[in-house]
Amino acid sequence: MSRKRSIEEINEKIRSGKAVVLTAEQVSAMGKELTPAEITRRVDVVTTATFGPMCSSGAFINFGHSSPPMRMERLTLNNVPAYGGVAAVDAYIGATETAMPYDSYGGAHVIEDLIAGKDILLQATAKGTDCYPRTEIKTFVNKNSVNEFIMFNPRNAYQNYNVAVNSTSKLKFTYMGTLLPLFGNANFSTSGELSPLLNDPDLRTIGIGTRIFFGGTTGYVAWNGTQFNTGKPMNVSGVPVGNAATLALIGDAKQMSTRFIKAVYYEKYGVSMFVGIGIPVPVIDEDMAHRLTIRNSQIQTNIIDYGSGNFEVLGQTDYESLFSGEIILEGKKIRTAPLSSVKVAREIAEILKNEITEGRFLLTEPVALFPKTSGLNKLEIRI
Amino acid sequence: MTSKRFVLTFPPESTGEPITYNLIKRFDIMVNIVKADVSPGKIGRLVMEMTAPAKVLKEGMAYIRQQNVECEPIEKKIHCNEELCIHCGACSAVCFAGALKMNRQTAELVFEPEKCVICELCLKSCPLNLFSIDID
Repeated sequence: MSRKRSIEEINEKIRSGKAVVLTAEQVSAMGKELTPAEITRRVDVVTTATFGPMCSSGAFINFGHSSPPMRMERLTLNNVPAYGGVAAVDAYIGATETAMPYDSYGGAHVIEDLIAGKDILLQATAKGTDCYPRTEIKTFVNKNSVNEFIMFNPRNAYQNYNVAVNSTSKLKFTYMGTLLPLFGNANFSTSGELSPLLNDPDLRTIGIGTRIFFGGTTGYVAWNGTQFNTGKPMNVSGVPVGNAATLALIGDAKQMSTRFIKAVYYEKYGVSMFVGIGIPVPVIDEDMAHRLTIRNSQIQTNIIDYGSGNFEVLGQTDYESLFSGEIILEGKKIRTAPLSSVKVAREIAEILKNEITEGRFLLTEPVALFPKTSGLNKLEIRI
Repeated sequence: MTSKRFVLTFPPESTGEPITYNLIKRFDIMVNIVKADVSPGKIGRLVMEMTAPAKVLKEGMAYIRQQNVECEPIEKKIHCNEELCIHCGACSAVCFAGALKMNRQTAELVFEPEKCVICELCLKSCPLNLFSIDID
C-alpha cells in the first residue's frame, strides 16, 4: 500500500500544535465506529505503551579515573557483580545479577538506586599494570559522580507473550509469577491492545533509531532485540500468536525516573526490572490506521505449561478473556492475573500523548528497518 | 447478622477451654474455621469467620479475650503498602480468597483485607514485597 503521509508532514503538524494524538486504547474504541480511512483523516499519531518485567535489561557505567588509575577487572556495586571486561573504568550491570542465588537485591535494584540518586558502594580489584598501577578500590559513586550511566536493554517490549499455567500438583515459582497447582491460575504479561509491537505488527514505522519514551525520559530503539523472531504464525488480524519481535533500547539512565524503572524480585526465581516504554506510531496510511484499531479480542496467545518443565502448548486464548479475569482451558475455568501493569502503561501513553500534542516530542523515520525474516537457533549440546 | 473474619492467637499454654464449642453453644455464633495451626506448647493461630448479630459478636469476642486468647479482626493483621504498589497484579494471581483483585476498568489492584484467609501466598508473590502480616 502506498504511503499517504510522511513522518515530516506529521511532524509539521506537531510543531504547529495541530496534531491529533490518541492512545492505542482510544483508537481501538474508535475502530468500532469509524473506518480506517476516517481514522487516517482524523488522527495523526497513536501512543502505545507497556510497563512490565523485562529481564534482559541493564546499564553501562563509566566511573571516571581515580588517581593513581586502575583497570578494574572484578567489580561489584553494592556487592552485586558487574561485568568489568569492557575497558578500564567501564562496566555493565545486568538487571538480573545478584550476589548470591535467590538474593532479593540485584542489578535492577542497583540501577533503581542510582536513578534515585543514592550512593552505591563500588569495590573493584585488578592485577595492576604499568599504566594502571592501582590494584584495588573501595568508594561510593552516584549518578552525578559517574561520567555516563546509559541504560542498554538487549531485549524489551516483546510482541505478545505466553500465558503461564501449572499442570502439576505443586506450587511453582516462576518468572511468570507464582503458579498455583492443578491449573489454579493463569498469568499473562502484556498490555494487550496498548502494547507497542502489537500496534505495528509488521514493524513498518518502528525500526532502528525510533525515538521513544524510555524509563521516564527520551530513548531510542538501538537495534532489533535479541531472540527477534518473525517466524511465529500470524492470526487473522495479522498479529503473531506468541512471543515474536523484540526491541533493543538505549537511553540516558541519569534522566530516568524510578516511577518507570522498578526493580522487582520473584520468589525462588530472582531479580528482574519493570521497564516503562512508550512508542508513538504515526498514522501514515489506512493500513496503519487499521492495524492501530486492534482490540484485545483480536489478539491471541498460547497457554503454556510452566509447571512440568517441558513448556507444552496446551491451548490458545485472547486478551479480552485474559483481562476479563477468567479463561477456559479444556472446559475448565481458570482465574487469570496480569504481571505487567496496564495502569502505569496507560499513564505512559498519556504522558507521551501530551508531549507530542504540546510539540515537545517529534517523531522519527527509522534509520533502518528490522529484518523481514529472522528465526531462532537452539543451543545444541555438542560435547 | 454480621459476618466477620478474625485471627485468634492462642498462648503456648493450653487454655483448657473448648472455645469454639462455647461460641456455638453459649452464644449461638455460626463458626467457620478457615485456617488452623494450633499445637500444645506453641503459639497457635486460628482464622475464623463468625456470623451472628453484631451485639452477640461483640460478646463472643469478649469471651475469647477472657480466655487469654487474642482476637483481632483479620483486616488489622494483614497490611499492604499500597502507596508503593505498581498494580502489576502478581498478588491477585494467588489470592484464591478474593481479597486481592484487579479492577477491569481502572486496571488497579483492589485490596479487601476482610476477605483474607492469611494463606500468606501474597507475601511471596508480590515482586515488591509490599505485604506484611502482623502475626508472631
